[in-house]
Amino acid sequence: MILVELRKLIRRPRTWLTIGLLTALPTIVAIFLATTKVAPRPGEGPAFLSAVLANGALYPAAALGIVLPIFLPVAVAVIAGDSVAGEASVGTLRYLVCRPVGRTRLLVAKLVSIIVFVLLAVVVVAGVGYLVGTQLFGSGPLSSTSGTSLSTTQATLRTMLAVGYVGFSMLGVAAVAMFLSTVTDSALGAALGALALLVTSQVLVLLDAAASVRPYLPTRYWLAFVDLFRDPVLWRDVGRGFALQAVYVAVFLAAAWANFATKDVAS
Amino acid sequence: MMAPDVTLAIATTELSKRFGAVLAVDAVDLAVPTGARYGFLGPNGSGKTTTLRMLLGLVFASAGSIEVLGQPMPRQARSVLAQVGALVEGPAAYGHLCGRANLELMDAAGPGAPRRTRRARIDAALERVGLDAVGRRPVKAYSLGMRQRLGLAAALLRAPRLLILDEPTNGLDPQGIHEVRELLLELNYGGTTIFLSSHLLAEVEALCTTVGVVDRGRLVVQDELAALRRLTGNVVVGTPDAERALALLDGRLAHREADRIWVQADDPARLNAELVAAGVRVADLRAERRSLEDVVLAVTTHGSDRIAGGTRIAGGTR
Repeated sequence: MILVELRKLIRRPRTWLTIGLLTALPTIVAIFLATTKVAPRPGEGPAFLSAVLANGALYPAAALGIVLPIFLPVAVAVIAGDSVAGEASVGTLRYLVCRPVGRTRLLVAKLVSIIVFVLLAVVVVAGVGYLVGTQLFGSGPLSSTSGTSLSTTQATLRTMLAVGYVGFSMLGVAAVAMFLSTVTDSALGAALGALALLVTSQVLVLLDAAASVRPYLPTRYWLAFVDLFRDPVLWRDVGRGFALQAVYVAVFLAAAWANFATKDVAS
Repeated sequence: MMAPDVTLAIATTELSKRFGAVLAVDAVDLAVPTGARYGFLGPNGSGKTTTLRMLLGLVFASAGSIEVLGQPMPRQARSVLAQVGALVEGPAAYGHLCGRANLELMDAAGPGAPRRTRRARIDAALERVGLDAVGRRPVKAYSLGMRQRLGLAAALLRAPRLLILDEPTNGLDPQGIHEVRELLLELNYGGTTIFLSSHLLAEVEALCTTVGVVDRGRLVVQDELAALRRLTGNVVVGTPDAERALALLDGRLAHREADRIWVQADDPARLNAELVAAGVRVADLRAERRSLEDVVLAVTTHGSDRIAGGTRIAGGTR
């Protein structure tokens, strides 16, 4: 069943369109930067963007920083929100269930397919970011955000860690959207529900009055991937972000399973 | 009623389903004999589709038990449903893929479908439903009838022992309906039990051996078609000499429409002899049977899609 879901994922034009759009945004940003040479001042705009003019090899990290706050989670929410509700609204869900595909098995396959999509998306974004960055800005000796220099291996390793962390950060959203996808037959509704949570979280993260709940907000540690480029690496927030996402995933997947396994398929 | 020793492909006991305050299916005892062609009839909203979904493990029963192919559902869904082909409330497919790709995905998704034979099975199923020459066009470009045929092909893919079909001829033209009927008969002769729901009485009358009728969630009739279509005890006589016949048959007349008269008589041959002996010209004469429509209309109420009050428009039982 997992293979079937992966085949559906790769044969779906929407998958590639989404990934194309995700890579288009950092590419457009890079073109503007390269032609105008006007970089945001350090500390403003997306992470790393102030430094890429000097060194294109940082652009994969910058590209992740560009798609991370909105574009990537929206794409993940749409794909995950569609996972069960989309099958329900097309009518194929009833044929899958009476094929028979066990309901738990179906959910697991959907989850794997979403994870593959997220990984594919971040890897392509980072890869295209590297190509675009080195082509437009050239590459030079890398330095960490703390100012020390990094070897190429170290930089590559850290970029890969960042790719993994950003990918993992999306799983909380994915789990919420997937849970909502088992609740409603409307893929749009499920995606919007997950996005509502996301926007709420992002607003509250910036609100000092909400400081008490801040550590539990799903988006709180998203930008911690920047810490991977410090020297030495600042693991604290990365670790917390990892654990927080794991909790969100566990809770909402359990809820999705509990709901779907006992639900009447009436679509 | 069914003899108890017949093995049953589908057996439900007191099967019920409640949606909130609505009792959609109310203590239904289905008995579908192995090898039968069972027609499941009822007005819209009477609980047909809900019952069918419970048989397939899509909807969970509120009370009662289900056995399909001798095994409890939904507990044994994995082994039972692998031997069942289904068409539930219209076909469904991924619109951006071609019919063949859809069949491949569905086949690969579940058990009981060896990969080795997949291509051959898909070819055979597409040919059976008349879609073998459809080519690579995506399903979203299919007509309603083609989608219905694809849905049937998906149901036939693993040579099921039991076919559960919801309105299988929906969207097909008369030629297509005929083809599907022939196909179902052929499969049935090959040993496949067929359980089909329909609100087309003519379709059920032409195809089925056994009939169940639901009304407002209750199974109100379940019997063999031949037994349901019993004689009414009337003989219909067509005669140009209706007046003379009336005088002769005084007291035995049931009904008259112009030159057709309905006579209460047990033996059509004797009635014929009597009429002819009295010089009444008989154009045609036959013993009247209850039609399936009479049976169904006698036991059911309006479908739930009828909102207005008032009486039925169509004529009731004679």
